[in-house]
Amino acid sequence: MADTPNTPDEAEMRARWGGFAFTAVNAKQAKKVIARYPEGRQRSAVMPLLDLAQRQVGEETQTQGWLPVPVIEYVAEMLDMPFMRAYEVATFYTMYNLAPVGRYHVQVCGTTPCMLRGSDDVMAACKNKGMVKGKTTPDGMFTLTEVECMGNCATAPMFQINDDNYEDLTYDSASAILEALAKGEQPKPGSQIAGRQSSEPEGGPTVLKAMVDANHDYRKEY
Amino acid sequence: MSFDFLSDKDRIFTNVYGFQDWGLKAAKKRGDWDKTKDLIARGNDAIIEEMKASGLRGRGGAGFPTGLKWSFMPKEAPKDKNGNPRPSFLVINADESEPGSCKDREILRHDPHKLIEGALVAGFAMRARAAYIYIRGEYIREAETMFAAVEEAYAAGLLGKNAAKSGYDFDVFVHRGAGAYICGEETAMIESLEGKKGQPRLKPPFPAGAGLYGCPTTVNNVESIAVVPTILRRGAAWFSSFGRENNKGTKLFQISGHVEKPCVVEEAMSIPFRDLIEKHCGGITGGWDNLLAVIPGGSSVPLVPASQIMDAPMDFDGLKELGSGLGTAAVIVMDKSTDIIQAISRISYFYKHESCGQCTPCREGTGWMWRVMEKMRQGTADIEDIDTLYEVTKQVEGHTICALGDAAAWPIQGLIRHFRPEMEARIREQSGEPQATAMMEAAE
Amino acid sequence: MPKLTVDGVELEVPQGATVLQAAELAGKEIPRFCYHERLSIAGNCRMCLVEVKPGPPKPQASCALPAAEGQEITTNSAMVKKAREGVMEFLLINHPLDCPICDQGGECDLQDQAMAYGRGGTRYEENKRAVTEKYMGPIVKTIMTRCIHCTRCVRFAEEVAGVEDIGAIGRGEGMQITSYLEGAVQSELSGNVVDLCPVGALTSKPYAFEARPWELKKTMGIDVMDAVGTNIRFDARGREVFRVLPRINDDVNEEWASDKTRYAVDGLLRRRLDKPYIRKSGKLVEASWDEAFKAIAKQAKTAGDKVAAIAGDLVDCETMFAARELLSKMGSSLLEGRQTGLAYDVTNVAAVNFNSGFNGIENADVILLIGSNVRWEAPLVNTRIRKAIKNGAKVFAIGPETDLTYKVEWLGDDAKILKRLPKKLSDALKDAERPAVIVGGGALAVEGVHGAALKLADKFNMVRDDWNGFNVLHFSAARMGGLMLGYAQSGGMADVVAAKPKLAFFLGADEVDFGQFEDCYKVFIGHHGDKGAHAADVILPAAAYPEKNGTYVNLEGRVQFSDKAVFAPGDAREDWSILRALSDVLGHTLPFDSFAQCRAAMVAAVPQLAEEGVVSFDWSPPKLSDKPEGTLAYPIKDFYLTNAIARASQTMQRCSAELLHADDMLEAAE
Repeated sequence: MADTPNTPDEAEMRARWGGFAFTAVNAKQAKKVIARYPEGRQRSAVMPLLDLAQRQVGEETQTQGWLPVPVIEYVAEMLDMPFMRAYEVATFYTMYNLAPVGRYHVQVCGTTPCMLRGSDDVMAACKNKGMVKGKTTPDGMFTLTEVECMGNCATAPMFQINDDNYEDLTYDSASAILEALAKGEQPKPGSQIAGRQSSEPEGGPTVLKAMVDANHDYRKEY
Repeated sequence: MSFDFLSDKDRIFTNVYGFQDWGLKAAKKRGDWDKTKDLIARGNDAIIEEMKASGLRGRGGAGFPTGLKWSFMPKEAPKDKNGNPRPSFLVINADESEPGSCKDREILRHDPHKLIEGALVAGFAMRARAAYIYIRGEYIREAETMFAAVEEAYAAGLLGKNAAKSGYDFDVFVHRGAGAYICGEETAMIESLEGKKGQPRLKPPFPAGAGLYGCPTTVNNVESIAVVPTILRRGAAWFSSFGRENNKGTKLFQISGHVEKPCVVEEAMSIPFRDLIEKHCGGITGGWDNLLAVIPGGSSVPLVPASQIMDAPMDFDGLKELGSGLGTAAVIVMDKSTDIIQAISRISYFYKHESCGQCTPCREGTGWMWRVMEKMRQGTADIEDIDTLYEVTKQVEGHTICALGDAAAWPIQGLIRHFRPEMEARIREQSGEPQATAMMEAAE
Repeated sequence: MPKLTVDGVELEVPQGATVLQAAELAGKEIPRFCYHERLSIAGNCRMCLVEVKPGPPKPQASCALPAAEGQEITTNSAMVKKAREGVMEFLLINHPLDCPICDQGGECDLQDQAMAYGRGGTRYEENKRAVTEKYMGPIVKTIMTRCIHCTRCVRFAEEVAGVEDIGAIGRGEGMQITSYLEGAVQSELSGNVVDLCPVGALTSKPYAFEARPWELKKTMGIDVMDAVGTNIRFDARGREVFRVLPRINDDVNEEWASDKTRYAVDGLLRRRLDKPYIRKSGKLVEASWDEAFKAIAKQAKTAGDKVAAIAGDLVDCETMFAARELLSKMGSSLLEGRQTGLAYDVTNVAAVNFNSGFNGIENADVILLIGSNVRWEAPLVNTRIRKAIKNGAKVFAIGPETDLTYKVEWLGDDAKILKRLPKKLSDALKDAERPAVIVGGGALAVEGVHGAALKLADKFNMVRDDWNGFNVLHFSAARMGGLMLGYAQSGGMADVVAAKPKLAFFLGADEVDFGQFEDCYKVFIGHHGDKGAHAADVILPAAAYPEKNGTYVNLEGRVQFSDKAVFAPGDAREDWSILRALSDVLGHTLPFDSFAQCRAAMVAAVPQLAEEGVVSFDWSPPKLSDKPEGTLAYPIKDFYLTNAIARASQTMQRCSAELLHADDMLEAAE
């Protein structure tokens, strides 16, 4: 991409990551993933395995994780595919980090539905915590990225931090979440509006009210 | 005459808000996996016929009749060059990435068993060997739920050999994407599933002839598949009793933007816009007089100005008549506080960001359009640039392999069609007051 | 055979044709960038849009749309014109306006098509995109800002070269074509992407800023870097060949050329022998032609019929013929061309020929490689084998494992395997419809291999009326011609040495073990100061292949003529005329006074050399020992430095150093 982050020096990457291999747990998981695809079609597993590898790198570096070149090559080799083809995949999809990121990767959705409901405030909350778009804070805690529609439009605005979505954000609630994370706490994911379960209208559903308190079976009413 | 709102007993996705457990036991209590074996016993063709009769049109945006789509799949497995029969595949499109769309997410995380059961029944009907559910990478927790649900289904004998004791062997696999809107295009999805960049393929060949791994493949949206078991159980006549002719059934609407209470809600097709907003969303922020425009079907359809949309039926044909479309029924509402040019420009940025880069008009055109749109937003363009921009959208539209080019062009065309005076006014204002630019720059 | 109309004209097109091909058959030019006859269809440039009915009411990419019965194709409507203008405008908005300093200028598809199909001006007022250059190796120079993302290079690397080193990373307007991690493309065919690139993004590094295409004189030639006989075009100005490009010949090189074929020509300017030399007190000193001839004449007197002629790998048939005639007049037939000592049986030329032919080998369904590194010995035969594999062929190989760019079942390097084939191989050969063996030149050096291979051909019925799957793969351009002209002793070089010649003519022969000829007066007739010249007693400066007319026979027995593009430097002369002049001094005047007469005399002696085309040799294989003994090895140790011209070429030296010995360089640096 035009805005591809500058990948670190190759020699350095090779020195640090040349010996990368899946942990026993991840190797087992990789096998399971490959088995999802027909024999001889193991290349299909490249995306899940790159994700797995990125997560392992994340664990080893205490960050969300990224994909150093030797790690991409490790996955390519495992799947018997040319390095170039795996590298193309790694650069095409936005969720693979080609450069190191921080402990928390704050991905603020800025697309129109979120924009209409105040994503600028969320972005401001992030910036106010010292974050700069496309950069990692000096303490290595946060990397800020503006991303495209995350599919949480009815609970906009939102950001995704590592694996969790925080929805219905305001400047204040976004700030509170970032502060909590900085303190090592785990804020509650999902809607930040008290009492909002998911995408029902705020204040309680207009339909299916019987479902709120019980696993209602509507078949009797057919 | 007021609209007949859908009653709760006629809603398919009863756990859409996730108040109750998504797990198999709870799902069964709600009616899922109820005599699935009997549904399958009806036979491939009977299921397809019932689906055709139900009038279900694809819920992923294009609205192609689902039953008809299935009937394109070969009845006899085609042979590969060694004479071995090729399997067929069902690919379920859960790459929900269209700005405004957030319905599949609710199915994936709150009603996964409807989708899995639908996959089995649909897969059987089209003679597929397996289904791959392609979930967008950003739906991390949703995918976790799906993985777990599929595992539950296997453990309960509902998938795999002799799935649900139907005598049919069927597998369901979950595959996660990794951040690319274009993978929602069916052939790009197939490419991505094969471990490549998500670049749409040329058609022909169509997926039903040569899709995933060169085998016959049907790609269906999550909602299209998840409604299948209920339609079969309650009958085509029940489903087609909702909505206008050619626009049948129930539909998950997703309302975002400037309404009091944005939400996802299942309603009958053809519900008038006003009823949808009043009943479920608490009205437009600032009242109906404050409504500026609506993008009724996700970012790729042209916007509709307030006066035209207010009482329009929300269905395929109704919105087509307004020069827009139902798309995924992702309704983005904009009130008069909206900078409409900025709203569309942000969508242009989205398409520039998501263009796969394959075709010249889209690769080069999306960037061009966005840059001109930004000038329109700032008012630094010339009046004539509006015509140029319009022509550029026309040069992109219809000139690319997939529809992303069209999707990038239409929102701008809609803007120019309905808000040209606003665009011109901004340019005039800007050229008359040059200090405004300096102020904006200084503010950044 | 669908019947359709193109711009109202009805015509029938072959089954499987595309709309683009149909339009071309109707004589309509369809502009295109990504489409290329020899690559898979990408359909991404969108330049070839036409209107097709029935179909959606929008223009269709004609390269990807199958032609069908009853189609109405329109290539000249307002819709088509507008579509082309639109696509062209998009291509140009981010393309730099640097044509004056672009090497593609004058042969640029984008330039031409912009003239023919573009709008007059641009409406794009934003900044143009800039893209950083990508390193691709010593051959390909990149100016990636010019790239229009047609992906021809990516498809070539993957499909033809078999080296998936080039790709498109990123996406959208940020998509970039690059080699893997911007490293050198590890292919001996990389130069072809320069030809394929429709714009100036990939240009020739050695040829950078050298010339404009319209200044260059173009001459049709035949390549001598290997035995494929690649059809080439010499582009020259004055005395210098600036570049070599492949000509299209579907039977030989299709439209490809190896990097050695293209870029060894800078070796023509270095280490050249441009004056006669005579060895005096151990040192080679400059001499006149007269002195040199006299020195030879003096030796000839004492030598009598103890004369030999050794042909090098690059010489043309006429040179070999003239030398043969001279020797014949002196009473000798001591001719040999297999410089390194190979002594395989040549009583039946068919038994040492590539009988399947290049087109034919694509149809083989099982191929057994015996001691042949095809990728280095004949890169363009390797691409044919790749095509065979695409058609479903399976390849087995006996020899040291090496990367041939495709999947090979390696069986080991012990020649004995030929006597006890593994079951998987014998089963495959048994079931094959068109089985083939390819015996490498190196394998012919191993005792019993030739016989065993012939026996295999017999056993698995590889030679039939409709199919000949027995192939020998030579890598010397002069080999087949030499064999047809009698340049082979039954015992090979050993026979020549044993005959103890007193005078020997080395015709550009640089690979001989000259230690065997210590007591022999060595006359080197050649063009480069390489091993042969160093060992010589007299050097007669001759012409290299672009500097003379000549007949060559490629490894499938195809006779081809090459034309003279430039003059040889200094006092160097064309080989046949040197031999003709020398014959006068020796008192054995050869009966021809021009090249045409020389060729006529040769054709009279060997009628098979008369016309261009494949010679059909009768199949009557000799009975040979079929007890193979030994280990198979590949004779070529460095693809880029196989002959005197290549060794003199800076480009080839760079390729060798960087692509084959990069590790050594790293070590040296440490």
